[in-house]
Amino acid sequence: MSKETDILEEHINSDYKYGFETKIETESAPKGLSEDIVRFISAKKNEPEWMLEWRLKAYAQWLEMTEPNWQNVDFPKIDYQDIIYYAAPKKKAKLDSLDEVDPELLKTFEKLGISLEEQKRLTGVAVDAVVDSVSITTTFKEKLGELGIIFCSMSEAVQDHPELVRKYIGKVVPANDNYFAALNSAVFSDGSFCYIPKGVRCPMELSTYFRINTAGTGQFERTLIVADEGSYVSYLEGCTAPMRDENQLHAAVVELVAMDNAEIKYSTVQNWYPGDKEGKGGIYNFVTKRGICDGVNSKISWTQVETGSAVTWKYPSCILKGDNSIGEFYSVAVTNNYQQADTGTKMIHIGKNTKSRIVSKGISAGHSQNSYRGQVKVMKRATNARNYSQCDSLLMGDLCGAHTFPYIEADNRTAVIEHEATTSKIGEDQLFYCTQRGIDPEAAVALIVNGYAKEVLKQLPMEFAVEAQKLLAISLEGSVG
Amino acid sequence: MSTIDKLNLKSTLLEQFKTFENELNGEGKKPIHKIRQQAIQTFDGLGFPTTKHEEWKYTNLGKVLKQAYTFGKRSELQMADIQQFLLPNIPNANTIVFVNGAYEPTLSNIVSSEEVLIVKTLEEAYDTHESLVAPYFGQLTKTSEEAMIALNTAFTKNGIFIHVPANKVVEEPVLMYFITDTRTANQGAQPRSLIVVEQGAKATFVDKTDTLGENASFNNVVTEIVVEPNARVEHYKVQNDHAQASYIGTTQVKQAQDSYYANTTISLNGSIVRNNLNVALDGSNVETHMFGLYMLTGNTHVDNHSIADHLKPHSMSNELYKGIMDESSTGVFNGKIFVRQDAQKTNAYQQNRNILLSDNASINTKPQLEIWADDVKCSHGATTGNLDEEALFYLRSRGIAENEAHALLIHAFGNEIIEKITLEPLRAYLEQLVMQRLGVDLNPISADFE
Repeated sequence: MSKETDILEEHINSDYKYGFETKIETESAPKGLSEDIVRFISAKKNEPEWMLEWRLKAYAQWLEMTEPNWQNVDFPKIDYQDIIYYAAPKKKAKLDSLDEVDPELLKTFEKLGISLEEQKRLTGVAVDAVVDSVSITTTFKEKLGELGIIFCSMSEAVQDHPELVRKYIGKVVPANDNYFAALNSAVFSDGSFCYIPKGVRCPMELSTYFRINTAGTGQFERTLIVADEGSYVSYLEGCTAPMRDENQLHAAVVELVAMDNAEIKYSTVQNWYPGDKEGKGGIYNFVTKRGICDGVNSKISWTQVETGSAVTWKYPSCILKGDNSIGEFYSVAVTNNYQQADTGTKMIHIGKNTKSRIVSKGISAGHSQNSYRGQVKVMKRATNARNYSQCDSLLMGDLCGAHTFPYIEADNRTAVIEHEATTSKIGEDQLFYCTQRGIDPEAAVALIVNGYAKEVLKQLPMEFAVEAQKLLAISLEGSVG
Repeated sequence: MSTIDKLNLKSTLLEQFKTFENELNGEGKKPIHKIRQQAIQTFDGLGFPTTKHEEWKYTNLGKVLKQAYTFGKRSELQMADIQQFLLPNIPNANTIVFVNGAYEPTLSNIVSSEEVLIVKTLEEAYDTHESLVAPYFGQLTKTSEEAMIALNTAFTKNGIFIHVPANKVVEEPVLMYFITDTRTANQGAQPRSLIVVEQGAKATFVDKTDTLGENASFNNVVTEIVVEPNARVEHYKVQNDHAQASYIGTTQVKQAQDSYYANTTISLNGSIVRNNLNVALDGSNVETHMFGLYMLTGNTHVDNHSIADHLKPHSMSNELYKGIMDESSTGVFNGKIFVRQDAQKTNAYQQNRNILLSDNASINTKPQLEIWADDVKCSHGATTGNLDEEALFYLRSRGIAENEAHALLIHAFGNEIIEKITLEPLRAYLEQLVMQRLGVDLNPISADFE
């Protein structure tokens, strides 16, 4: 097996290719968190009074809260006073077109494979790019505007559509929901805002690309998507960060609201810097994502491919309030080296005839720990609720761990809930079958893993599915020897 | 001893420990007492579990703890008092009776010879069999983490030591009755047992808990079982106490290589019932089975927690728990499978199936896998639903009344557990209880199908 091991070693050792840092002038707040910093951020963004008050209230609540420690991960304590809460590429004035964007920044995005220029010319994906704390540019804004779709940065939304922001912000994830949501509510710097009006089917994929660039910063973005009656939107999110020895905190909040007959599809390819092979550095990815199916027949679908971050701690959830609403969660979480992931979902069935489906595929390699933690709750009035959950874990090597913590709570006798989970490794017989037919071991592993994760990957929009498959190959193939 | 009230139950118990110590006389200097003292300190530190503890998330002890109980009061019962609780049709059996948590030799009856089965109080066994008691008593259970175990350990007195020497087979089942006398007042009891089944030996145990009288009872039971290499233990628990009876029981099992342990827990009635069944598979080639049926009505709350901890390679564990919740009852299931890094080639299966029959019934289930070894086959499944409409239709279309069709399906669902019981008179007795619960005589219908 030595030759195979070599090939695999090579792959496992492949470097994080998004680890570069862009040298651009930035403007940062001093380190540390205080009421003044909250005021500073709000002032920087020229926010109205109600927004500042909302932030200050969240900050006061955060001070009262303590960091949660129930999750199945282990990391050194975060010093919240050692983080820069606001860093932004310096800009002179409001940008009217891409030409005015700092060329260094454009290069950054080109390196990342997201050519904003190209995106502009070809139809396909509308991109909102967020570096450190600030949204840099949003493409296709006008074209979407013709349909009445609002797709802009959160800062712009606060200025241009305060009535919408004020109505929906914190509606799904209240400021005091949890420790990191409260922190985010106090200091959130930017993010994307999206509103799809009644009966509109968004003609293209909307996308946000997040990047942490400046050292010592935390990224706290906030995304809010509102799909009005009968509308449809598919939204993508991607993230990367430079390689650094220090740990950086990413504490985002994502809120989705689906009204009657609306559908939101939210896909994430998370590839934050995972730390080096000894587990040094990397991003702490502590994110609160939650959607509410507020109206009848509405649907929210979360798809995530999690390959990055030193520590991931997130549970994209659905509150199925409207009758006949549907919640879905598809996840592939890959951990390697010393990565730790505690991820899963919550499906809260409130309305009648609500359905949810959970498919979670965990893959652990190296010294990593991978946990699925999910809750399915059927409330008393949720007649005929239906849930199906499947969580599979694949272990590669005997130094990693795979864990499953499902919570299933049924208070209605008509509820039908099924949960199944399996844990196994890639079978010798499967590998043998492939190699015997002339497929080299490395390709065989890729084949088997892709087949294993297919059910989730096929949920991704085309552009992301390709990227996600490559990511899986890079993150994994080294792990069976 | 003193009565315990709601507000300072914990401090009353701590106070009571001092009285308890003084009454021990010379025994207070023995090694067993060191363990008690450590345990009371642990309990002092932990306090009673609340729903904020992850392990007690779905079971609120408030209802139990707000009542006043007298603990550890001796009660002079006659055989006639307990006759009603004895399992029928098992004439040739060893019976061990606890009253209010204390072993009562006068009510007990050991029919097996002393070469095969040794039964003593724990205190006595600490003197005569120290090499068998000291390594296990209070050592198997994680006293330091569980307040209820610590509390039991602290007040251990007149507990029991059961010993089956190497290569002996106890032909007669060992029936253990835990009886609480509440005829005059609410009564608490903390029975403690240590069972050591040595290499190549074989024995069957049945636990049954009952309350005499109408007042509330509160049992906090701890049983430690050591299964040595090649030994075989079958263990049954019958819980059909009255609606004022609360029960918290921990069964801690340690299995050595090539051993076999099977537990079947049948819960039919009670106020709050909590079963902790923790099995450490500490050897290769170990086989463990855990079966449970909880069939609940009224306000009964039954919480089954289990752990299969695979420490060594090449072992298998198999778990199946089924629940039927009617009226305002609640069921809780939490099954954990741990596969440690060394435990390669482990096979571990776990299933939990539930039926809710009423709008006020609920079930909370948490099947849990934690795996640190890669060459393993582990799976778990959990389902919650109601009776299959198609099966009901099938039966109705063949002229079977609706209530009978319901009963037939529920019976079939529960019988998957009942039929695992190999002690025939016990199986027949429990099947009878299930039939009574269903309220329909299924025999003629079943006969039609044959």
